[in-house]
Amino acid sequence: MSRATSLVSIDWVQENLANPHVVFVEVDEDTALYEKGHIQGAITFHWRDDLQDGLIRDLISKEKFEALLSKSGIANDSTVVLYGGNNNWFATYAFWYFKIYGHQDVRLIDGGRKLWELNGLPLITEVPARTATRYVAKERDHSIRAFRDEVVAAIGNKNIVDVRSPAEFSGELAAPAHLPQESGQIKGHIPTAKNIPWSKAANEDGTFRSNEELAELYKAAGVDFAKETIAYCRIGERSAFSWFVLHELLDLQNVRNYDGSWTEYGSLVGVPVAVGA
Amino acid sequence: MRTCGATPGGPDLAGVDLTTQAVIQGAVLRAGVEDGVPNGAPVGNAYVRLLDSSGEFTAEVPTNELGQFRFFAGPGAWTVVVLAHGAREEFKVQAQTGAPVDLVVHI
Repeated sequence: MSRATSLVSIDWVQENLANPHVVFVEVDEDTALYEKGHIQGAITFHWRDDLQDGLIRDLISKEKFEALLSKSGIANDSTVVLYGGNNNWFATYAFWYFKIYGHQDVRLIDGGRKLWELNGLPLITEVPARTATRYVAKERDHSIRAFRDEVVAAIGNKNIVDVRSPAEFSGELAAPAHLPQESGQIKGHIPTAKNIPWSKAANEDGTFRSNEELAELYKAAGVDFAKETIAYCRIGERSAFSWFVLHELLDLQNVRNYDGSWTEYGSLVGVPVAVGA
Repeated sequence: MRTCGATPGGPDLAGVDLTTQAVIQGAVLRAGVEDGVPNGAPVGNAYVRLLDSSGEFTAEVPTNELGQFRFFAGPGAWTVVVLAHGAREEFKVQAQTGAPVDLVVHI
């Protein structure tokens, strides 16, 4: 994995709009965005309706993932190119999801929907008709996913990276500032976690910073690249963004996304919590 | 929904518990006539970023079809950055619980 194989530019997108081997998939937090306009030929996945189990809190099953991709006309050898709003949060979450189920060639548009719009590039409302496939997923790759017991065991032993905003990390806010503040969880962070907000990895236009800048960002914050790293946020989307940076762009092994994140950890009984900067 | 003739600004605050929320909101509108788009038309594809008092990124939202945006911030000093095709504007604001900040931004 590397920047060359995981990331494409908006120029590359414009050159590949008619490439039949490429399937563009938009994944947004605001699911109404796709209907307002999307990149030509793109389909959409709904982060909750398509990608959450719905009954229990978990990823959809392998069988459901296969059914979703099959009906979407995605083949095992398709190049899947993801993008979305909100600086690609949910698109990187979907990227991580495709990797969990072993898709071979999945990429992300650098800058996502924001860069596309800021450049005044066209969005259309026509929904493409795609021919169904028979997609076969692999068993879940849990080497890139962390569960709560692993997170508790990692305190003081492994890198734990809290990618939320400083206000959420310190316990001042319980959720990002564009969402109403929740009261279900206590506030604070996992002890020994380093606060490296996802946003520090991105430029203002939504593109990723250079690999040199990214490596320096994490090293300066005290992340030891020789150790395993667990990234978390509130519900696992922003940390998927930082997981993408560490695992795909910086090509580090042993990087996991804790998708239970603070909504799980902040509700656990008896686990240690820290507050303050 | 905002009704015709209402004061320009952020979304309707009905249903928002202002006793617990420090709201920063507003609307992004077109300044001047360009390509047939009238002066004051809402800019529905702008991006609005909220930075904390140290300039650290905190949140970002796209504007809605009425050009509106809203943040639930904490009380204190914040910076609002508006990005759109060919435009970038920055505003310093003070958020308070119970007293929403309502910006009208012309770009």
